Amino acid sequence: MGGILLWARQGFDPPHQSDTRTVYIANRFPQHGHYVPQRFADNRIISSKYTVWNFVPKNLFEQFRRIANFYFLIIFLVQLMIDTPTSPVTSGLPLFFVITVTAIKQGYEDWLRHKADNEVNGAPVFVVRSGSLVQTRSKNIRVGDIVRVAKDETFPVDLVLLSSDRAEGTCHITTTSLDGETNLKTHYSVPETLVSQSVSRLEALHAVLECQQPDADLYRFVGRITVTQQGEEIVRPLGPENLLLRGARLKNTKEIFGVAVYTGMESKMALNYKCKSQKRSAVEKSMNTFLLIYLGILLFEAILSTILKYAWQAENKWDEPFYNHKTEQERNSSQILKFISDFLAFLVLYNFIIPISLYVTVEMQKFLGSFFIGWDLDLYHEESDQMAQVNTSDLNEELGQVEYVFTDKTGTLTENEMLFRECSINGIKYQEINGKLVPEGMTEDSPDRSVPPLVLYSCLSVSLSVTSQSREELLFLKAVSLCHTVQISYEQPGDGPGDPFSHANGFSSQMEYYASSPDEKALVEATKRMGVTFIGSHGETMEIKTFGKSEKFKLLHVLEFDANRRRMSVILQTPTGEKVLFTKGAESAILPFTTSGEINKTRVHVDEFALKGLRTLVVACRHFSVEEYEEVDQRLHKARTALQQREERLAEVFSFIEKNLELLGATGVEDKLQEKVQETIEALRLAGIKVWVLTGDKHETAVSVSLSCGHFHRTMNILELVQQKSDNECAEQLRQLARRIKDDHVIQHGLVVDGASLSLALRGHEKLFMEVCKNCSAVLCCRMAPLQKAKVVRLLKTSLEKPITLAIGDGANDVSMIQEAHVGIGIMGKEGRQAVQNSDYAIARFKFLSKLLLVHGHFYYIRIATLVQYFFYKNVCFITPQFLYQFFCLFSQQVILSLFSLHTNRDISKNSLLSFKTFLYWTLLGFCHAFVFFFGSYILMGEDTSLMGNGQVRVAVLPTAAPGEKWVGHTCTRLWGVAEKLIETNYQGIGCVDSMCCYSEGENGCARLGRMVEQVMGRCDPACANRCDPTLCSLYCCRRISYKLEQDEPTAPQK
Amino acid sequence: MKEELETANRPDNTAFTQQRLPAWQPMLSAGIVIPGFVLIGLAFIGIGVALFIASQNITVLEKDYTGVEITSDCYKCSNPSDKNCTCKLDFSLSNLFEGPVFFYYGLSNYFQSQRSYGVSKDDYQLSGDLDYFKTPISACSPYQYDANQNPIVPCGSLANSMFNDTFKLYQIVNGTKKLVPFDGKGIAWWTDYNIKYRNPSVTPLKNAFNGTVKPPFWSKPAYELDTSDPSNNGFVNQDFLVWMRRAALPDFRKLYRRITEGDYASGLPAGNYSLEIGYNYPVLSFGGRKKVVFSNVSWMGGKNQFLGIAYLVVGSLCVVMSTVMLIVYAKFKFPEDD
Repeated sequence: MGGILLWARQGFDPPHQSDTRTVYIANRFPQHGHYVPQRFADNRIISSKYTVWNFVPKNLFEQFRRIANFYFLIIFLVQLMIDTPTSPVTSGLPLFFVITVTAIKQGYEDWLRHKADNEVNGAPVFVVRSGSLVQTRSKNIRVGDIVRVAKDETFPVDLVLLSSDRAEGTCHITTTSLDGETNLKTHYSVPETLVSQSVSRLEALHAVLECQQPDADLYRFVGRITVTQQGEEIVRPLGPENLLLRGARLKNTKEIFGVAVYTGMESKMALNYKCKSQKRSAVEKSMNTFLLIYLGILLFEAILSTILKYAWQAENKWDEPFYNHKTEQERNSSQILKFISDFLAFLVLYNFIIPISLYVTVEMQKFLGSFFIGWDLDLYHEESDQMAQVNTSDLNEELGQVEYVFTDKTGTLTENEMLFRECSINGIKYQEINGKLVPEGMTEDSPDRSVPPLVLYSCLSVSLSVTSQSREELLFLKAVSLCHTVQISYEQPGDGPGDPFSHANGFSSQMEYYASSPDEKALVEATKRMGVTFIGSHGETMEIKTFGKSEKFKLLHVLEFDANRRRMSVILQTPTGEKVLFTKGAESAILPFTTSGEINKTRVHVDEFALKGLRTLVVACRHFSVEEYEEVDQRLHKARTALQQREERLAEVFSFIEKNLELLGATGVEDKLQEKVQETIEALRLAGIKVWVLTGDKHETAVSVSLSCGHFHRTMNILELVQQKSDNECAEQLRQLARRIKDDHVIQHGLVVDGASLSLALRGHEKLFMEVCKNCSAVLCCRMAPLQKAKVVRLLKTSLEKPITLAIGDGANDVSMIQEAHVGIGIMGKEGRQAVQNSDYAIARFKFLSKLLLVHGHFYYIRIATLVQYFFYKNVCFITPQFLYQFFCLFSQQVILSLFSLHTNRDISKNSLLSFKTFLYWTLLGFCHAFVFFFGSYILMGEDTSLMGNGQVRVAVLPTAAPGEKWVGHTCTRLWGVAEKLIETNYQGIGCVDSMCCYSEGENGCARLGRMVEQVMGRCDPACANRCDPTLCSLYCCRRISYKLEQDEPTAPQK
Repeated sequence: MKEELETANRPDNTAFTQQRLPAWQPMLSAGIVIPGFVLIGLAFIGIGVALFIASQNITVLEKDYTGVEITSDCYKCSNPSDKNCTCKLDFSLSNLFEGPVFFYYGLSNYFQSQRSYGVSKDDYQLSGDLDYFKTPISACSPYQYDANQNPIVPCGSLANSMFNDTFKLYQIVNGTKKLVPFDGKGIAWWTDYNIKYRNPSVTPLKNAFNGTVKPPFWSKPAYELDTSDPSNNGFVNQDFLVWMRRAALPDFRKLYRRITEGDYASGLPAGNYSLEIGYNYPVLSFGGRKKVVFSNVSWMGGKNQFLGIAYLVVGSLCVVMSTVMLIVYAKFKFPEDD
């Protein structure tokens, strides 16, 4: 109530500006005077962009915001206004076509969105209104309505859970459609409302809910509920675990009641709709530059022509010979107006130098071309039945230009399939062999080896044989099997309606664990194999079976995992009534807070595990005395109910609780490397691409994985920038590293940086750090927070050379990096689909990256570069003869169609890079060819020599009076050019890969390309390296001339 | 069933989806390129020689008759105020001018390619639409209506400025003039004669022109252009069609007649000739020139040295390049021999 009173006192603040929103459950507003109704959005989802009424103007506006379209619109308007050599149809029709096609496409897409919206908004829902359950449409739900959702339905609105059909008021949901996480999540209702399981009881519920204003973060929700029971107000905190998000699905629960808090476009799902910022490829950027240059050429030619025209007309005999008298009107019109109109006419005449179809063609080419990625069998992953997925086709060619690859480790380089391997309990190392723990020293001669693995309680024998260890061991196993957030699902044939938890006691083998973290799953499964089985949690009770004996623990609190603390804890009440805290987390997050246990030995063991490439977790516990627990409980409750700065206060309380720990041991979990990671990294490196590994793992683990996957070589000199505490120290270390690199530039260097040192290095010594990084052939960043990953990418992206970066990852923690990089690639892994959804391309395995980059990316780049250059070349060839011809028709803007109706035969000398140099080359080539065309024809036919047997003179201006004829000519030429290009670009199969090394200019590109083609395809003939021959060009020219001679004659037979 | 589901997303293994369509990328090794170049070079040289010889065999005779020099017989006619002036151009042939001989008139510095000039005609009128006889389109202006607002047919600058010099060729045989017969049929483009230009279907043709006036520059109306052949009148008159087909460049020639008949079917025999010119067309005001051209053709068309030379040059370049490549190849192929 405080919040509402606060702004009620302030008086005039509009409701949406207040920090909180107040929701009266079932919209039972208070009767007192000081109530000001807040206005909320309705529950309609609008994802469509247009309505029937605004489609035409809005769509046209959006299309003409594109510079090329606008340019042609202007040309078209000029043609309509003044007397120009070409009819408006010539530019109007293609423009109309382009605009119409785009509008139809967008209109269709929007229609689909409308349809989907209507379906969602019209879906039937059940709402409690005036004491009964009413069926209504989804769009009619208002904030404050109590909504009923049945099993396997999706939530129509963001709800705060009030009650479920279960006594403990919990429900299970999956959020697959929101963040891709497939595990079941438990959500809770507050104790005061969970009894309201029927409509009549809900009617009696008087409660007010306060929560923050809508926010896009799916995992953040802060609120509290005030329930009035018998005149007494009870305040309860609300967190994300109370909130059921729109789009999530109810599982394992018959029905729930919830109160709507965020509706329609304010729901978290809708707030996350926001389309990603458009990434633009470097090709498109350079294309725009080229267009500007061509615009310059166009203006120059038009101005030059206009000036020359007037210079020519200065003499009367040229201006007005007897055969071409002017009309009165022409003589009398103003000079300035005539000048302008002449300039515009030239502009129109030469305007085809800017290719109208370029954008459309490029887009089509990219769109159609992107299918080939999905179609590629080599990028298809058989085991998971997943093919490569293209989310944006705009970046196809960017794939071929990547210079830096930033890769996540877990799930990207590795399978993210965790296998429990070793653990350290109370200073003794154990290995898991055939489902039991064997102390390290005893692996060879252990008598237990003879015990058949089928004996379920074999672990007991271990604990019996080492009696001093048995207590510790058991405690450790219990801790591991209790300290987690694993869910259990029971696979039932036919998915019967019964409550799955009734099976909990009858332990069945169909039980399967679902966890958001694969480590937890591996650990719980491991303890199950060892005899301590986690059976399930019922509300606040967790049940485990220790060697067949069932034990029930009361779950008092869960201190959730977060990336800053890097640990999670549970507080439990043991069957004997003790209050225990179990905590589990990264070694650096726990060891500093431990006070007892074999700390040093465990530390050594953890380091050993890490060296073997195992992921380590440290487990500790703390026993509370009664007073201690009371304080903890109070503090926790206070922090959880806080409306302001809840997170900070919680963090404070957590650190208060998680201290004075007793170390139990550590676990080592193996994460298997993915297939062919080593080969892929090697191929990328040979192709000149630098690979950086960014991981959240600890230093030793990261280095060992890096070594095993070939990212670091044994021969590499590994430099370290870790555990820097101060700015100066860091700078000094950096300088030292730079010196070492300089001294020893023969061997390769690898750099290891950890998150803390990185942030220091980035803060003050960016330049120095970059220099060191650039001289290292492999960089490994460990202990990285998600945002730090993005920061590293941005640092490289914005560095002097502006390299093209690619980020690849599989988890939610990689999303920021994927979005930051030029190209983001998601791995369809086990950690949900968030990375895939935010990526530009998604592949199933890391090994596909080499083909994607080195084959597809390269092809696309060559194709698009050739396409773009060819377009410019074509247009120069198209227009320059036109310009030259003006010298022969007194600059009267005469069109010479005869000269260029048939010029699009193929002339592609392959060029890959779209650099300014090649652009210039193509442009000059275009000009040269244009000159050759024009003057070749001129010399050939300038004398009007008849070229036909009947002696007729054939050089003539083709009819200008039939505009239809003309644009057909133009359009056909252009369409043919496009079609030909498309066919050609897509036709070059992989079969031509080995001759690809001949396209590129010079030794350099060839060598690089050759090597990497060798890597990918396994074959390349170096003999073909010297094929690009300048003489070919001249040969082409003369062939062209002869070709033109045959073709230029209109076929007009004469009897 | 389950297996099918498992590979539901499997892409098709076709040549198209896997980008395995057959493609031919030549492996240009020295062994192919050098002989290839030699062959192409030789072929080009062969074509070039053939073209060049063919071109050399073509005879062209050009005579300027503008009358700029006082010595010229046509000097007397060069004053534009003179009407119906006739002048003579004498020349002699020492050898037989092989036939069939084509007779052209040529104009220099004459920009038929000007856009405003080119659009100054009425295509509907010229295709025989009588509505446009009464109201020609405005593009014809200033030759749309005369001072009395009578429509001009054919209207426009292009038609108005039709070339109107006339030529008669005589061979002087023993002091007497023997007329060389001209053939004026089929000198225009087929499409122009048969499709684009049409007389109105009114007989006699003269009636169609009632209420219209001839272009001011013309001496005779359109229906009286050829008094000898009634079918060669109106818009399908061959000379008119040749004129209406605009030249692209400022120095051009247009076919006037062919010499294919009688004693001259095999060409003009050696001897003296006199060309009688009805000098009407003024060109001096804009610095133009008039000429007549006699020419014959070969299989490759009219006289054109350039094409043959171009082929020769490119062909020799190819051969030279192949030699250079051969030397380079030989030198670097076996470096260890040195």
